Amino acid sequence: MRERRAMKLSTREALNGYLFFSPGLIGFLIFMGFPILFSLYLSFTSYNIYSAPKWIGLLNYKFMFTQDPLFFKSLGNTLYYVALSVPLNTVLGVLVAILMNQKVFGIRVFRTIFFLPSVVSGVAVALLWQWILDGNFGLINTFLANFGITGPGWLTEELWAKPSMVLMNLWAVGGTMIIYLAGLQGVPRSLYEAATVDGAGRLRQFWNITIPMLTPTIFFNVIMGVLGGFQVFIQAYIMTGGGPNNATMFYALYLYNKAFKDLQMGYASALAWVLLIIAMVLTLIIMKTSSRWVYYEGSDQK
Amino acid sequence: MALKSDTILHRIVVYALLLLGSAAFILPLVWLLSTSLKGDTGLFEIPPKWVPDPFHWDNYKKAVHSFPFLRYTWNTVLITVLCMIGSMLSSSFVAYAFARLRWPGRDAWFVVMLATMMLPGQVTMIPLFILFKELGWINTYLPLIVPFFFGSAFYIFLMRQFFMTIPKELSEAAKIDGCTELYTWWRIFMPLSKPALATLGIFTFTLVWNDFQGPLIYLNDTNKFTLMLGLRSFQQQYGTRWNVMMAASLLVMLPTLALFFSFQRYFIEGVTLTGVKG
Repeated sequence: MRERRAMKLSTREALNGYLFFSPGLIGFLIFMGFPILFSLYLSFTSYNIYSAPKWIGLLNYKFMFTQDPLFFKSLGNTLYYVALSVPLNTVLGVLVAILMNQKVFGIRVFRTIFFLPSVVSGVAVALLWQWILDGNFGLINTFLANFGITGPGWLTEELWAKPSMVLMNLWAVGGTMIIYLAGLQGVPRSLYEAATVDGAGRLRQFWNITIPMLTPTIFFNVIMGVLGGFQVFIQAYIMTGGGPNNATMFYALYLYNKAFKDLQMGYASALAWVLLIIAMVLTLIIMKTSSRWVYYEGSDQK
Repeated sequence: MALKSDTILHRIVVYALLLLGSAAFILPLVWLLSTSLKGDTGLFEIPPKWVPDPFHWDNYKKAVHSFPFLRYTWNTVLITVLCMIGSMLSSSFVAYAFARLRWPGRDAWFVVMLATMMLPGQVTMIPLFILFKELGWINTYLPLIVPFFFGSAFYIFLMRQFFMTIPKELSEAAKIDGCTELYTWWRIFMPLSKPALATLGIFTFTLVWNDFQGPLIYLNDTNKFTLMLGLRSFQQQYGTRWNVMMAASLLVMLPTLALFFSFQRYFIEGVTLTGVKG
């Protein structure tokens, strides 16, 4: 008798579980599951939304890898951007977080100032930076002129266009900084106290306590940074339109152009699937290496 | 004594770095404000004047009049508010299933949900466009709003983390009193979760308010444009009128800035809540 009643309760709880989960499930099926599979199908077709998709097998992929220089160009641009912005963002994020963790008077005000730029985003920020980076009258070049330096046309020269966007991205480092700050505040004080007793100086404490304790946070941010780097769109769309000479034709912009300007939805879907595979491979590589450098509290292995 | 001079030196270095760093981070915004108040000729002065003389407040008037600013503001507010309501309701609803209820498959679905956070949006973009086109939703706000009513992984995760901190005794006591799960969620968990809901609402606000690619894909009737699309078409028409453009940009940023200064702690709480560490 008691058994039956217990079962009834757990069944009831399970039913409630499904009820509460149902919006999530429906959302997952409609906005994730279906699109992923449909996009895979589309990637094997030629499709311009006006007539039905035409099956063409692997032709999209074959064209991409053998005859589309812009595919390689945009992929290269994106990898360049990721390779430059992720390490810089990590180093600056950690350093600023350490600075923000100092217990000095007025630190809350400084935290607000450093965090503020990461709150604003979108077209307005892209326009602001386009003006800051203006070759003749922008903030940066008029500042450099004070020292007799003639700055380049940041967004109009092939060499400087991508680094400029990395710089713009660094301005918003507050978003990652705040995550590192939370990580720093989670480091037990006793570790530092023990180290001080053992006679370890500030620098040693930094390398042997702070950094290892932050590695899980760094790990998380590196993955998010790499994935985010592949989505860079607004900057290029608003500030350069992908130029000069396709120097800022990033993968997401190229994909958008193919899909919604050229209406090559099949080809764009193939691009999306290649992006998905690259993102998955990069994430897996980072995860695989993590056992060597990410330190988890409470586990013996480093 | 040696220790003392060491801390003083340390403090001096810290303050020097703090001042230098904040100058670098705040200058772009000061530049934005300064430019927005410059006259048409002051714009191209070298060296630039940080304090324009006189202040050209009319740039703001021009900005508001050079595109349907009020209409676009209304459109954007409408979309943003509906998305906020949708994501606060649905994400906390689904989160309740993950935080408080036991059902077969729960842990597997939780992993699947976390994995979807890593999916690049480009993969779903094209099929969703086709789906919404088939539904006749192009040029309406539905594609921008409806998905928010089905919960999104990050917000569900965020709410679940918060719900986990609510003592189990509370929901068990409610159960013994005969409350349904729906009642427990709405009358007990939701009121207790105001800080988390505020965080979620703010995140959704900044995401939707600043969204560009969504409206770009789905809206082509200029009457239905959002502020971001308005700024874009403004840029296409008056590309070099930086003073008016900066005035418009500042106006568009203003609600986000106001929200940040009024609810700063919720911006930061979101980070500690998700507890990315470990």
